[in-house]
Amino acid sequence: MEYFLELLLGGLTRGSIYALIALGYTMVYGIIELINFAHGEIYMIGAFTALIIASVLTFHGFTGFSVLILASVVAVIYSAAYGYTVEKIAYKPLRQAPRLSPLISAIGMSIFLQNYVLIAQTSDFLPFPNLIPELPFLEEYSHIMGPAQLLIVITTAVVTIILTLFIKFTKTGKAMRATAQDRNMAMLMGVNVNKIISNTFIIGSALAAIGGVLIASHIGRINFYIGFIAGIKAFTAAVLGGIGSIPGAVLGGLVLGWTESFATGYVSSDYEDVFAFLLLVLILIFRPAGLLGRSAIQKV
Amino acid sequence: MLELKNVETYYGNIKALKGISLFVGDGEIITLIGANGAGKSTTLMTICGITPARIGDILFEKKSIRSLEPNRIVSLGISQVPEGRRIFPLLTVAENLDMGAFLRNDRAEIQKDLDYVFTLFPILKKRIHQQGGTLSGGEQQMLAISRALMSKPRLLLLDEPSLGLAPLAVQQIFQMIQKINSENKTTILLVEQNAFMALKVAHRGYVMENGTITLEGPAVDLLKDERIKRAYLGL
Repeated sequence: MEYFLELLLGGLTRGSIYALIALGYTMVYGIIELINFAHGEIYMIGAFTALIIASVLTFHGFTGFSVLILASVVAVIYSAAYGYTVEKIAYKPLRQAPRLSPLISAIGMSIFLQNYVLIAQTSDFLPFPNLIPELPFLEEYSHIMGPAQLLIVITTAVVTIILTLFIKFTKTGKAMRATAQDRNMAMLMGVNVNKIISNTFIIGSALAAIGGVLIASHIGRINFYIGFIAGIKAFTAAVLGGIGSIPGAVLGGLVLGWTESFATGYVSSDYEDVFAFLLLVLILIFRPAGLLGRSAIQKV
Repeated sequence: MLELKNVETYYGNIKALKGISLFVGDGEIITLIGANGAGKSTTLMTICGITPARIGDILFEKKSIRSLEPNRIVSLGISQVPEGRRIFPLLTVAENLDMGAFLRNDRAEIQKDLDYVFTLFPILKKRIHQQGGTLSGGEQQMLAISRALMSKPRLLLLDEPSLGLAPLAVQQIFQMIQKINSENKTTILLVEQNAFMALKVAHRGYVMENGTITLEGPAVDLLKDERIKRAYLGL
């Protein structure tokens, strides 16, 4: 039973991170129907920025939680700027092009950013300082849930709730939904669609950066390649949940996290990815629109 | 109020508007009639900047709006009810109306206009929390017109408001168009295939064929014109 609980909570942590990144995929897809393959790299850049800021701050005598907060804030701002710029450079000029063009541009951007970090930093794994303080009340349960895991789960929950409220109630949120449903009509309402698209990239990138910082301080090491596999997994989560759906991204992330966790725990860690992608294949066969996605009727 | 001067619009290499010139005066109801594919909807989309004109000029209150972004054009006071209504299907009726008032921040005035559209179309108030996509065709048309009115337009562009509606609903929509024009002094440019109804409510009309304007004049005259009777009125 305890082992099961450990796997359950482990999957929850893992799934929370997938969910944070999947939100960015799903929001961008919802608005411009593009799979932003460079999204995983934004997450990686978030982790690197946090590492740099954390090192500088630690060097100057800061400790613990304040470093984590400061490093996260800078990482979020920096990654958001990256997301914004990527959209402007790689996708906006292709707005009227066939759908394959921005997709290829996205793959190019992903490769570019990986190699840029590889050259600017290093190809080695860098140790990421543990910035998450010990929580005394958790000590009893430390074997099933550490402070980092708790922080990841809580952060994801809070961020998802804020995002949902934002989309539901603010003017920008409504404009985002309107743009996703009918872009030209949103323009006819006076919505500056370019601004809405930029905002979507900024929000998605900020979420990815939060995920990057959290997972880096949990795992304790990063390199230029971490965005690739995390990106693929989060993309899988977004498709699982129904791409374009925000609750779907969260659900997809959690389902994927649990699948991997239980597969690792009860079968073998070698099969972690096999089960993750097997799940994807099954969902695509039996529920092509994803768990919470609605199958769109293509107008001819 | 609105003037199109020799406007040409292209879809890729296909010329959809071949030099359209028309004039809409303050407070008028002008109708643009013609068969499918004549370029009526394209004319409206060109005015709104969605399919920008390649040649010619569009003046709104004597200023060129030809190269403005669609959202800037809306902010000047032009609002369109496009063909097929284009309700945001997953937004509630209230949210659809909110979107109409997207560029406005005067809360008290917005509330007043909301009350006004509910007096025009009381059914919308009953449906306020329903998703737009679940409304009937007639209700969606009412919502589309109300949504456009929420931006407090000085010029309202209506594209085939009667399309696919039951005869009774058509009557009601045309009555409302006249009411909106007379009560608010809203200028209206009405695109219609239902030429008979359109000419009955309009002051003047233009007839479009194959991307050009072939005939224009006061609506009463067009109603009597033999060519129009044959081609569009089925008389």
